[in-house]
Amino acid sequence: MSTTEIRFSGFGGQGIIRCALITGEALALHDDKFATMTQSFGPEARGSACAAQLVVSDDRVLYPYITSPSVLMALSQEAYEKYYVELCDKGILIVDEDLVKLRGEHPNLVVWRVPATRFAEGLGNRLFTNLVALGFFTAVTGVVTADAMKKAIPGWVPSRFLKINIKAFEKGYDHGVQCMSGKSAS
Amino acid sequence: MNIVAADPKGVDAGPHFMDGDHAIAEGALAAGCRFFAGYPITPSTETAERFAERAPEVGALFIQMEDEIASIAALIGGAWGGQKVMTVTSGPGFSLMLENIGLAVMTETPMVIANVQRGGPSTGLPTLTAQQDMMQVRFGSHGDYNIIALSPDSPQECFDLTIEAFNLSEIYRVPVFIMTDETVGHMHEKVVVPPASEIKVVERNLFKGPKEDFRPYGFDSQGGHPMTRAGDGYRFHITGLTHNERGYPVMTPEQNKIVLTHLIEKINGNADKIIRVEEDELEGAEVVVMSYGITSRIAVRAVQEARKKGIKVGSLRLITVWPFCEQKIRDLSSKVKAIVMPEINYGQIVREVERCAAGRCKVVSVNHCGGAVHDPMVILKAIEEACQ
Repeated sequence: MSTTEIRFSGFGGQGIIRCALITGEALALHDDKFATMTQSFGPEARGSACAAQLVVSDDRVLYPYITSPSVLMALSQEAYEKYYVELCDKGILIVDEDLVKLRGEHPNLVVWRVPATRFAEGLGNRLFTNLVALGFFTAVTGVVTADAMKKAIPGWVPSRFLKINIKAFEKGYDHGVQCMSGKSAS
Repeated sequence: MNIVAADPKGVDAGPHFMDGDHAIAEGALAAGCRFFAGYPITPSTETAERFAERAPEVGALFIQMEDEIASIAALIGGAWGGQKVMTVTSGPGFSLMLENIGLAVMTETPMVIANVQRGGPSTGLPTLTAQQDMMQVRFGSHGDYNIIALSPDSPQECFDLTIEAFNLSEIYRVPVFIMTDETVGHMHEKVVVPPASEIKVVERNLFKGPKEDFRPYGFDSQGGHPMTRAGDGYRFHITGLTHNERGYPVMTPEQNKIVLTHLIEKINGNADKIIRVEEDELEGAEVVVMSYGITSRIAVRAVQEARKKGIKVGSLRLITVWPFCEQKIRDLSSKVKAIVMPEINYGQIVREVERCAAGRCKVVSVNHCGGAVHDPMVILKAIEEACQ
């Protein structure tokens, strides 16, 4: 049984929890995996540090929490500093390159930088940051398929913003593919 | 008992990625619940929100009441008006509901109440998990009585057990409780809602005979005495006072014995039919880990680790917490060295285990004061110590 533990983190309002909901639904409903999502629920979900966790497995997930995550998406400095230490060896760290300043090289991690907020602003609104980051995450981790993600997104974004959210996802995904084929992770 | 397929209007068939709170609302709608009266409280509010959002398309009614006392009063009215009814709450709201829960028990009014437990006492830990109301649900209202309480361990079970709760409440004419917790309530997982034709629903047993023959109560220590709907023309009277079969007050020790025996024995006498547990490797086990709700999913990790170390550990998960599986524990306690019971409280259901084990085996409480789940290693340590 292979299990992957993922943490999405940032600050409240960035759509961190939505990232986990979309990925969880994509895996559980469209990629034939088992996925359990838990989230920050207190005041932290509304402004300060915020995180959502996903346990993904080929079999039913019993223990619902993450203990040794292999993927961390951090969209704020605070989230990065709080959570990177718990990543397992060779774990994947994805950060917004304009918002997070790395504390060193992290030779034991696979580090990816994505200008998610900048790309989102280019698309007209930084509200789409999470979808850009999610597209990038999909490309570089391979945990979930892009098809499954695109099937899951409509249930979690307002229909009038669906097209632009898909566009944001694709922007991040294409950038991820490019990074993968160009240079390897920095 | 009339069992029918669910009304398709309330069934949102298909797979969903949903949290436990929403799954309770979907289970209620699938079971035919068409009246919800409640007052919002963390971490249960999502159930109310989902029900309220879906109510117009399903043809259900949602009322936000002035408080939790009124919520149960409204449910009693709704049920005697012919509807299947529910509400949802958490610790402080549950405390307020208790007075009228007693009235619902006494008037044998079917209803479902979900308690998405959070840490207490008092306002305690509004956003954090606990299992601290497990005794309150059984004994919290005044007087002697009996209820049914189920404890789901996943969003899927929140859906499934809510339907079962409605069915049990119709069969036994008793309030049935979904005792879940913040963790399961807010945890998202895949929930498969079956097509309406595959969901079995117990219909309200309505009296159909001549008007002069109708009696709202029958004290036969069984459930299922037929009800009526206010406005259908049958005369009836319901009161919290000790009453006769017509519902009129008869306040004597003799009548109280008749009523109380019925209220308690309709559940105790049918406990075998009501109780559901999940067993794993009990045969030959030295130690059994017993748990319910979210704690059972945490305990699994400890059980797996213990087995890796060669300890013969079984596990027993209570799906039905009340009525308590007394006979099961009596049997088990004569076969095993110890029963280890983690709960997110200071040791509640473990008292029942101790009572039933009656000294035949060690009973170890692994308590937790709430706000988080156990560290599985703490449970593992208790297993290791128990088998020495």
